[in-house]
Amino acid sequence: MSQIIAEELAKKQKEISVAEFFERNKHILGFGNRTRALITSVKEGVDNALDACEDASILPDIYVEIKNHDDGECIIIVEDNGPGIIKQQIPHIFGRLLYGSRFHAIRQSRGQQGIGISAVVLYGQLTTGKHTKIISKIEQDRPAIITNLVIDTNKNRAEIINTDTIHWDKQNGTRVEVSIIADFKRGKKYVYDYLQSTSIVNPHARITYKEPDGTIHIFERTAEQLPQKAEEIKPHPYGVELGTLIKIAKNTKARQLNSFLKTEFSSMGDRTSNAVIEKAGLDKNINPKDMTRDQFLALHKTFKEIKIMAPSTDCLSPIGETLIKRSLKTETQEISPEFIITSSRPPSVHSGNPFQVEVGLVYGGNLPKEGPVKILRFANRIPLLYQQGDCLITQAISSIDWRRYGLTQPAGKGIPTGPAIFMAHISSTQIPYTSESKEAIADVEEIEDEVKLAFRECARKVQKHINKKVSRVKTREKFDLITRILPEIAKKSAHMLDKPVPSLDPIITKIMDVVWIEDVVEYEKVNRKPVQTTLAQEGAEKPRENVITKSKIMVVNYKRNSQKFNLYAIIPKDAVVGTVTPKPIKITSNYIKWSFDSIPPAEKVDVSFELAGLEKGDFDENDLYVENINPAYVIGADKWEGD
Amino acid sequence: MVNKDYSQVLTKIDMIAEKIYNDLQETKIPYLNLPTRTKANIKFDDKLSVWKYGKSSTERNAKSLDGAYMILRTMYMADFIKEMIKVKKSSTLREMYYISEGWDLAKFHSQDESNLLAEDLEVITNCMREDFKLRPEEDGARVIGNLTIDEMTRNNTKKKIHCQDDVGDAGYSIPYNVEKDKITIKSCDADFIVAIETGGMFDRLVENGFDKSNRAVLVHLKGQPARSTRRFIKRLSTEKKLPVLVFTDCDPWSYRIFASVAYGAIKTAHISEYLATPSSQYLGVTPSDIENYELPTDTLTTEDIGALKSELTDPRFQDNFWKGEIKLQLKMGRKSEQQALAKYGLDYVTDTYLPEKLSEMGIIKK
Ligand SMILES: Nc1ncnc2c1ncn2[C@@H]1O[C@H](COP(=O)(O)OP(=O)(O)OP(=O)(O)O)[C@@H](O)[C@H]1O
Ligand SMILES: [Mg+2]
Repeated sequence: MSQIIAEELAKKQKEISVAEFFERNKHILGFGNRTRALITSVKEGVDNALDACEDASILPDIYVEIKNHDDGECIIIVEDNGPGIIKQQIPHIFGRLLYGSRFHAIRQSRGQQGIGISAVVLYGQLTTGKHTKIISKIEQDRPAIITNLVIDTNKNRAEIINTDTIHWDKQNGTRVEVSIIADFKRGKKYVYDYLQSTSIVNPHARITYKEPDGTIHIFERTAEQLPQKAEEIKPHPYGVELGTLIKIAKNTKARQLNSFLKTEFSSMGDRTSNAVIEKAGLDKNINPKDMTRDQFLALHKTFKEIKIMAPSTDCLSPIGETLIKRSLKTETQEISPEFIITSSRPPSVHSGNPFQVEVGLVYGGNLPKEGPVKILRFANRIPLLYQQGDCLITQAISSIDWRRYGLTQPAGKGIPTGPAIFMAHISSTQIPYTSESKEAIADVEEIEDEVKLAFRECARKVQKHINKKVSRVKTREKFDLITRILPEIAKKSAHMLDKPVPSLDPIITKIMDVVWIEDVVEYEKVNRKPVQTTLAQEGAEKPRENVITKSKIMVVNYKRNSQKFNLYAIIPKDAVVGTVTPKPIKITSNYIKWSFDSIPPAEKVDVSFELAGLEKGDFDENDLYVENINPAYVIGADKWEGD
Repeated sequence: MVNKDYSQVLTKIDMIAEKIYNDLQETKIPYLNLPTRTKANIKFDDKLSVWKYGKSSTERNAKSLDGAYMILRTMYMADFIKEMIKVKKSSTLREMYYISEGWDLAKFHSQDESNLLAEDLEVITNCMREDFKLRPEEDGARVIGNLTIDEMTRNNTKKKIHCQDDVGDAGYSIPYNVEKDKITIKSCDADFIVAIETGGMFDRLVENGFDKSNRAVLVHLKGQPARSTRRFIKRLSTEKKLPVLVFTDCDPWSYRIFASVAYGAIKTAHISEYLATPSSQYLGVTPSDIENYELPTDTLTTEDIGALKSELTDPRFQDNFWKGEIKLQLKMGRKSEQQALAKYGLDYVTDTYLPEKLSEMGIIKK
């Protein structure tokens, strides 16, 4: 009886074609409607182009074009100057779902799953019946390969229409041209937003975008340096699943458990490996290939019970505060914001996967005063455009009380309202997306905590900025008072009584009764080569202006007795320190420190330092601290809280 | 004009300069002390029976930007006054405001600022604005009644004016200076003074001949009365021993007009004894009148209510009459105007309302 049923059922059991799979899951893959399909297609092309260029250490120069026909058919072209793809790989990459180079690699990249571009090819052929055209060239002197292909949906393999060699002016690169049914009218704004946002987090990329009506937008690069290359690392014991552990053991060359742990995983030294083995009650000489399921289970359980060092973070490639600030500045030029503040956290780990959080805040200027703040979310340098409400970044922002910082927020919860843009970038070897379409980050506690910490730090900087502005105004007033009004009072009273004008010095120290610190930042153009060499290869067409940032600080003792204290000036990590006067007692990568032995009353000390390797505006405000003096006596600097 | 002796004034002005100069020389932060000019700091002076500033004082010092500016401006204004006395000129407050445009750092940002400082200077020196050769903008109010005034004209001749026979229906116009060097009240044959808030009501009483039929001197207050109007009422009332009745609209702002005539204004409490006529009485329109005469009304605005509540804590409105009337008005939530009496015809005010009220107050006999 049961055999008959099983046989009946067997008639129904068959391979599901990728086309059916796609049809059923197209919303998860980001093709849920015609607007989304447009953006997703552009995004998959551009993400791959950026990944490819970075892998090959090439400054990306990406061309995006959309052609639009009346019947809703769009042709999408994405072209890069990356390393190109060899002929044999083209059918696999574009003609097979779940084929890619990034799925198994543990390092930060945009691509993660090996679905992206083939899904676009499939969507195109399902909606328009047309094939995809790929041109790729890997070397200057070789011809380019042109391939037209579709996906054989029953086999999940490419079906090549034709392939040929052609002449292509480009040195190297890849061009993908795919026809899809999409809604350009609706999607227009999103495509622009996506490319603009991409440019913010990829300051080293130039993106040229041609719209159907011929309009060309160029998102210029603001950095000539490639981001630090993300190194591939081995899996960390905290993040490995039992199944993966068993699979790695099957393929390992190691013959003993302890060398297996040391060679196949991150952060496993002799001591940690032995500790794990001992705690799991295993023999360190056992061959991993001979281990039983129970032994693997014991090993896997012990991983979580032992303190293992965090994985190395070379696998991450954060943007860096200076570059974030610079791109935000470029992109918000028309808004002329009042200030841009950034903050970045040290790397951290979520279930064995390293990650790092960087945030930025743009405030004021012509930003709309009403309505919720704009939130720009990024993961591994990809803008996240949809499902803002479901994203951990949004939740973290909503959980902070922003009312103290010039924003409105009912009950101190939820998305604040006011003239601000919030930006957050999370880099990780494994971004925990809520779905395959990579639109929102799932709520992983460790990441949410870091995002909150980063925004809190940002908020503190905002507070400091506001305080500084207020104290500046007060300082200005006092300065006006002693330099202009008081002398006038003295003159007038003397004149009315026909007496000599009295001296004011002692009264000035009485009125001020502070150590007064005022500073300016200036920029000087220089013709010499930039101090830091760039990795720019062909990106040298437009030489950037080299500037020296000069910070001048005036310290005046308006107290009645001599003052002795230390002064600290914070400097950006990526700056190179030039001339410093007077001689500092310490320079680190973070700060310059001076020590003043004795400044007599009414005396002034001029302090200055030069920074190279920055662009104009990267460093636009001094961050000054004092030590060994009551900070209440000082205007223009805060209390030094230690390194 | 009789040449006034200004040496006293000059000495007092120089004292300010000296105070500041000495502070600077003794390395003290320069400061000036003056009475706090707010509602909280006015006290009833039993001897003068007017409200004067109390003991609390405010220090303006050069520690703060505002204080330093105030001191600098005070010096400039003092010097300017010295100059005017020297060249025998006078100027209006408005002219001084414009002249201050040339004072560089010490210039004023609004005329309110310069007017206030002129008052501060009076307070500091114990002089009057007239001593500083500063005069106000507003032309004086109008008077009609059976009295004769000798006014010194600008040609230095005395001119006799009878305030019924020698004037038109607009009445005699009170000059900004009503001191003895300018005006003498020769004779007056009347029983009382009625000080009226609005021009419309003043004209109604004139047209109906109330001054003649009831032996009254009618004075038009023109809203919040100018110093010279108050000073004129004060002189007429004390010199000729006439009671003063104040006749206004029925709202909190009108009560303040009465208070400034009777007790002195908060802003000018330093010279209350010159300006206030403590024996003045409030004739109406009172909140009780609204009920008794069934007058047409308007609803109190939130500002009105705020002003009424503030009057409940104003030391000048602490007697039972005012407390009762203000509370009644707050309860009614209504206000009314003098001219609402026209509801009963144009003659009602002179034939019925005023005679009834005046005899109730014992000013005239039925
Ligand atoms: N423009 C390109 N130049 C060079 N190699 C490319 C290019 N586009 C794709 N590739 C290669 O093809 C692979 C598959 O790309 P695909 O977009 O399908 O998946 P992915 O980027 O790995 O992951 P995801 O599904 O998250 O996008 C990539 O891993 C990469 O090795
Ligand atoms: Mg991809």
